[in-house]
Amino acid sequence: MNKDILLCGVGGQGIVLVSKLLAASAMAAGETVHSAETIGMAQRGGSVTSHVRIGGSYSPLIPSGCASLMLAFEPGEAVRNLPLLRKDGTVIVSNTAVMPVTASLSGGSYQAEPMLEFLTKRVKKVITADPGELCAELGSVRYFNVVMLGIALAAGATGLPEEIVRESVKMRVPEKFREINAKALTIGEEYYKSIAAK
Amino acid sequence: MGNGAIALGALSAGVGLIAGYPGTPSSEIIETAAKWNDGSVHIEWSVNEKAALEVAAAASYSGMRSLVTMKQVGLNVASDPLMSLAYVGVEGGLVVVSADDPGPISSQTEQDTRRFAEFARIPVFDPATPEEAFQMIQDAFAVSEKYHTPVLFRPTTRVCHGYAAVEIPEQFSPKPAPGFKKDTARWVIFPRSSYLNHVRIETRNPELGREFSDYRYNTVEGAQNAEKAILTGGVSYAYLKEVIKGTDVKLIRVGTPFPMPENFLLKALAGVKELLCVEELSPYLEESVQKLAGIHHLPLTIRGKRTGDVPHAGENSADSLRPIVAAFVGSNFDGGKAPDLSDAPALPVRPPVLCAGCPHRASFYAVKVAMKGKKANFCGDIGCYTLGNAMPLDMVDTCLCMGAGVTMAQGLHWANPDSVNFAFIGDSTFFASGMTGVVNALYNNAKMVLVLLDNSTTAMTGHQPNPGTGKTMMGDIVAKIDPVKILEGMGVSKIRVVNPLDLKAAVEAVRDCAETDGVTAVIFRSPCIAGVKPGKPAEIAENCIQCKKCIREIGCPGLVIRDGKVAVDESLCNGCGLCAQVCPTGAIRV
Repeated sequence: MNKDILLCGVGGQGIVLVSKLLAASAMAAGETVHSAETIGMAQRGGSVTSHVRIGGSYSPLIPSGCASLMLAFEPGEAVRNLPLLRKDGTVIVSNTAVMPVTASLSGGSYQAEPMLEFLTKRVKKVITADPGELCAELGSVRYFNVVMLGIALAAGATGLPEEIVRESVKMRVPEKFREINAKALTIGEEYYKSIAAK
Repeated sequence: MGNGAIALGALSAGVGLIAGYPGTPSSEIIETAAKWNDGSVHIEWSVNEKAALEVAAAASYSGMRSLVTMKQVGLNVASDPLMSLAYVGVEGGLVVVSADDPGPISSQTEQDTRRFAEFARIPVFDPATPEEAFQMIQDAFAVSEKYHTPVLFRPTTRVCHGYAAVEIPEQFSPKPAPGFKKDTARWVIFPRSSYLNHVRIETRNPELGREFSDYRYNTVEGAQNAEKAILTGGVSYAYLKEVIKGTDVKLIRVGTPFPMPENFLLKALAGVKELLCVEELSPYLEESVQKLAGIHHLPLTIRGKRTGDVPHAGENSADSLRPIVAAFVGSNFDGGKAPDLSDAPALPVRPPVLCAGCPHRASFYAVKVAMKGKKANFCGDIGCYTLGNAMPLDMVDTCLCMGAGVTMAQGLHWANPDSVNFAFIGDSTFFASGMTGVVNALYNNAKMVLVLLDNSTTAMTGHQPNPGTGKTMMGDIVAKIDPVKILEGMGVSKIRVVNPLDLKAAVEAVRDCAETDGVTAVIFRSPCIAGVKPGKPAEIAENCIQCKKCIREIGCPGLVIRDGKVAVDESLCNGCGLCAQVCPTGAIRV
């Protein structure tokens, strides 16, 4: 198996956890993994990326045009990282813009729609997800990261077996958050099934 | 994680003591080791890197295998004991991990630990992957013990934060330590013994270089009779493996940059006419091979950073190396091509900022309000609060290195006596290297205001405990060391402890300290927002006049403009209430 998965978004959206879950699951599935994350100062509200390379690669950074899947937690960040996506790659993207302080300060507000339109125009398979809607039942959008993982899993975009990823979620999150994260994963999976059925 | 691999490698090597100071990208080494520790290994966050190395040195004198961890700039702090320890030597294996940060991604400098090894004349290992790091750190302990020398271990960010699967033993057990044997001729550094040690080190290093010539991580791949070769080390080796696919270039990788494995290199370079050196940070391998070529009169053209073929600054990647390798030997690298995105909508600029609800924002804002219209300078320091420099706060005029703000405020005072000079420092940085600066101010009669941003944790690097937290790395509950008592003991004339989220009280405390002569201190005490349960988000009432003062003044990411109106991003807002205190019409409610 050879899957290059790019995760991108804004610091604080729980991207590092999802990349750890993907890496742990792939290792549990017997694959070699190389991965790189944004940690430290750069992660405070800035643009962040995590590269997860499953199988065949030597290095931790995905070269241009190689990512088979992009999990984008913010529409503008999806566009920013599009150069890394493979021609036939899949994008799973949050439909909600995170406003940078720079935009608010200049009195402007940048919009998600033009970003999403551009993605749809340029990428064959785009799945959009609404954090507010999908996390309503969970009580907080903080669990949207695991919902996104569930969507990717059901879409078959990670190449990883469901039960291994589910087990990783159980092993890797603190006990008191286990149940809610398991639920978040299910919500993501069901969301994909519902849109795939349409 | 690569840092996990380093920790598990050290535990597999029978380490008995681990000490370090947090710093990206090295922090998770100690955290992983602590997680696997059954109690038989002493693991600590030391107060700074110098302390960590000295603690470990003495454990090593006692025959205990010891590991020290830090980031590259931390090695500057630990350089005093390191340089002397290189002379005195060790008994139990002692390895100093100093993680370099090409980019830099989360650091002040792009310095190169391999240079430090050459400077201190001690061996250094340079892993290319987490798998290698796991094996190499065990080799590093063996070399340290065999040659009685401290050994440097230099991973870089992409190795530290990379992932790989490693096989670990079922159980870790520290190598038995025989205990400290007194031997003043050996353990007490003196000019006479240092002369002898200097001779010993320079006799030993060529011997080590010969041993490294047979080391398994000094490798040659590709056509043996190729006239073109690439010399590399560290993570660049992994990128090159991908980029050179399909070419017949020879790839020479050095895993032990000091002492240079000269015999290995001479053999690898036989028949090579043109050599491209590809490495991050300084042109260390490039200059080493230049020396070697000079000494041995090798008919070799050497390309690299010096010739402008490879950039001096920033990190490498398969993308950045592809054109460089293609220009040298042609490349069949089949990595895809980036699409043309020139028609993409304008992307927002997104620099890192203080979190929504971060008490540091309130602290900076209080000082800004208190000093409005007055001449004042603001010295910053290393931590999340360096981000106080961003607009609209714009409250960091200087930032140099750990603890420097405290002493630089004094220099500013002597050169600008008509200004009030502030030093902002976090609690962990204060313990690490801020306290001596305060003593310096008191002793030399400087006037300054110390602003201690006390959130009782080391937030930037991932919430490690520190002496003010009341907890150690292994979770033991210990007495909190109170910065207020430290400052009182030193003789600071006025100390005000205040919650920065109470804006009125905070501004008053700052004014009081700024107007008092001598050394004064404001202690802003409020926990890191990332460590507390978020409160209810703020609400904006109908009487908001859309003046946008809240956004303009404090620049909180929790406040946004939605459909032309000020709005609260409920997924970010913690309800800290600072904006409510800024609002002129009382329209923001928490």
